[in-house]
Amino acid sequence: MSEKTKAKHHHEPLFRIVKRDDLPWWQAWLIRIAAIVTAVLLVGVISTLLTKGSLGEIYQTMIKGVFGKLFEGGSTTMLWKFLQETAILLCLSLAVTPAFKMKFWNCGAEGQALMGGLASMICMIELGDKLPYPVLLLVIFLTSMLSGAVWGVIPAIFKANYNTNETLFTLMMNYVATQIIKYYVYIEGGGSNTIQPVAEGNLPVIAGNRYLLNVIIVAVLAVALFIYQKYSKQGYEITVVGESQNTARYVGINVKKVIIRTMLLSGAICGIAGMLLVAGTDHSINTNTVGGQGFTAIMVSWLGQFNPFIMVLMSALVVFLRMGTGKVADTCSLNASFADIAVGIVILFVVGCEFFIRYSVKFKHNKKEVK
Amino acid sequence: MAKIALELKNITKTFGAKVIANKDVNLTVYQGEILSILGENGSGKTTLMNMIAGIYFPDEGQISVNGEEAVIASPKDAFSYGIGMIHQHFKLVDVFTAAENIVLGVNDGKYNLNKSKEKIKEICSKYGFSLDLDKKIYTMSVSEKQTVEIIKVLYRGADILILDEPTAVLTPQETSKLFDILRNMRNHGKSIIIITHKLNEVMEISDRVAVLRKGESVGVVNTADVDPHKLTELMVGDKVELNINRTTPKNVSDRLVIKGVTCYNREGVKLLDDVTFTAKAGEILGVAGIAGSGQRELLESIAGLQKLQSGEIIYHNPKTGKSENLRDKTPMQIRNLGVRLSFVPEDRLGMGLVGNMDIIDNMMLRSYRRGKGMFLRRKKPKNLATEIVERLQVVTPSVNTPVRRLSGGNVQKVLVGREIASSPTVLMVAYPVRGLDINSSYTIFNLLNEQKEKGAAVIFVGEDLDALLELSDRIMVIGSGRITGTVDARSATKEEIGLLMTKSTKEGGEDNE
Repeated sequence: MSEKTKAKHHHEPLFRIVKRDDLPWWQAWLIRIAAIVTAVLLVGVISTLLTKGSLGEIYQTMIKGVFGKLFEGGSTTMLWKFLQETAILLCLSLAVTPAFKMKFWNCGAEGQALMGGLASMICMIELGDKLPYPVLLLVIFLTSMLSGAVWGVIPAIFKANYNTNETLFTLMMNYVATQIIKYYVYIEGGGSNTIQPVAEGNLPVIAGNRYLLNVIIVAVLAVALFIYQKYSKQGYEITVVGESQNTARYVGINVKKVIIRTMLLSGAICGIAGMLLVAGTDHSINTNTVGGQGFTAIMVSWLGQFNPFIMVLMSALVVFLRMGTGKVADTCSLNASFADIAVGIVILFVVGCEFFIRYSVKFKHNKKEVK
Repeated sequence: MAKIALELKNITKTFGAKVIANKDVNLTVYQGEILSILGENGSGKTTLMNMIAGIYFPDEGQISVNGEEAVIASPKDAFSYGIGMIHQHFKLVDVFTAAENIVLGVNDGKYNLNKSKEKIKEICSKYGFSLDLDKKIYTMSVSEKQTVEIIKVLYRGADILILDEPTAVLTPQETSKLFDILRNMRNHGKSIIIITHKLNEVMEISDRVAVLRKGESVGVVNTADVDPHKLTELMVGDKVELNINRTTPKNVSDRLVIKGVTCYNREGVKLLDDVTFTAKAGEILGVAGIAGSGQRELLESIAGLQKLQSGEIIYHNPKTGKSENLRDKTPMQIRNLGVRLSFVPEDRLGMGLVGNMDIIDNMMLRSYRRGKGMFLRRKKPKNLATEIVERLQVVTPSVNTPVRRLSGGNVQKVLVGREIASSPTVLMVAYPVRGLDINSSYTIFNLLNEQKEKGAAVIFVGEDLDALLELSDRIMVIGSGRITGTVDARSATKEEIGLLMTKSTKEGGEDNE
């Protein structure tokens, strides 16, 4: 505006929020990367304030916490631990993704994975010495998937038929699963409340690495899910149901069937995650086997915008921060919750930056500069 | 000349970099006048009014109220300048009474509902409202709710009232009642701005008309100096030479016979009441009626989306000569019977299309099951999308653009294009030109005519009686879920149809909503 207006009764707002046109993809990614970098810097600065160490030391500790002495020519043990944790988190994230695409808020990955793990555990203990190894593995695989799928499909059946709230239902199912595990550990482990690692029915160690198979299985799952969502008829149906159930009915999609089928799939993948944890990693089970990752997975799925490949990066980021800041907390004897705070900061930035991708902020005085 | 109540100078508002909603708009509103804002959909009427009401803030330009410059950054600011807007979608608390809604949010000392009621009653008697102040909102008819909204604005002391398409939801009788009140308010010195695109109402109610086209003001005229034809020209920009070439139906035969169809909604209200009619091949059957009289349910019943309590829907297959009853069949089963039934629903993005999917994937909605195996084939849908974009001149960056980013007219072209691509034997369209500019409207009308000539039975549910009379062969009138009459569209008059539309509301007034 050329002329300055005189006395104003109401002040023009200092800034306004304006919806943007869709940004080109590379600009959107530039904003996202900038957000992550800022967040990691902020985590570093907060760490230096708390520990009185230098920024460089903090990041060194973090990297050491994730990769160990790999870069000094040390062993790859820590790296594999990092890959393993990323794989498990990714597996759970992949599991909830088809349900989320359908706008079915499956918050029960925790319980579904536990039930899958329980199936593995029972097979290992009860059938471990009765079946030939390959058959045993197959039975473990199938029962774990089935068990997770059953746990996932119960809320889906109620949702499809009575329109119950799936968020609450799946959350409650988590508690039921936890109690079942508690009870099982109680009868199986006797008074000690722990089950000693079982030697039978462990997933095979390939190339001398006990985590490699887990990583491969999850990698295959990620590719398969990507193809399923993008190129299969069922994946297309999931998208339509998620976007508009009215449209789905209008074109003759059986909405109930799609809800139930998708939750069977979601639960089954959770079951696989449980199997990877029990038969592939711990060889035992307790209520903390999944360790809340079923909830972290919800976030990873969102951060990855339901795209399995972006979810790979997001799981890696979350695990990196968790392990790295955990190490910082450890060496500087900070509270263990420090790692959670750090992860929280990064997520806040990553989610928050979406706002700046969708909207731009216009200030009062530079109307001319902003197009 | 009367005093100026409101003045807009060079108002510009853009959304994002590309969408210019208003450009350099100048507008003056006097005290004690009714000004109509006229324009096609998307011409920026509502955006302009939202800036006066404090919902949007202009990028450039100046608003003055009573000769003083005003900065209106929120609806609260707007009220402090005596400006109130009645929106198309009411903003009322359902479980509160009328009086409670009216005083809600007004901070004038101690809360004393009885005292406020006195004040409300004064307003009512001054302008001629009749309203039961203790009635709860959820038991009210649409017209009563609108009355509450208007009183709410007056109670806050508004002198400038903006009404956004107030008659869209009213019956003709309710409309004339509203207009009486508006005239009354004008005579008391209020300024009233009414957004509309119905020309006859503009002629009836307003003193002056401001016409917007593509976000720009193209002129303000005295209503007495113009006729509807002149207004249309102003609105569209050039001389409109639009006529529909209605041919005499050929090879007419019964295609769809509906017998005694009755259905209820979940609350047990009768939506369709013993509906019987025949849709014939090679003919356009218009369906007229007040909004919400059962048109939607009628089409959804035929499409297999509505559960029926009784009745039959008999389809005569022109290929096999066989007859099938479509009642209680799902859309899939109907399709599998070889019935080529196409349906352009009223809710385009919520039912006919998926807004977040691109044009190709939307083409696939009807055909994605084709072909063996579990994977999609996108080749044919892609060709179809390209073909439709070219043939119907859909304005879009590419076929990979999500349809929600297209304008209303282009969305409809995509939807109609897909539905007629399967060469339907029955084509049902609901309000196919709602929200479309005049040129797109005629593209759609011509497509319907083309289908009729190809021998489809076309069922056209419309709201604009002029269009119905011009396009249809027969017009069936529906009121409160009942067929109140069928007339020959070539000889019938609007008055005749209007009578049939209201005939049933008198008899069947027991079921409101």
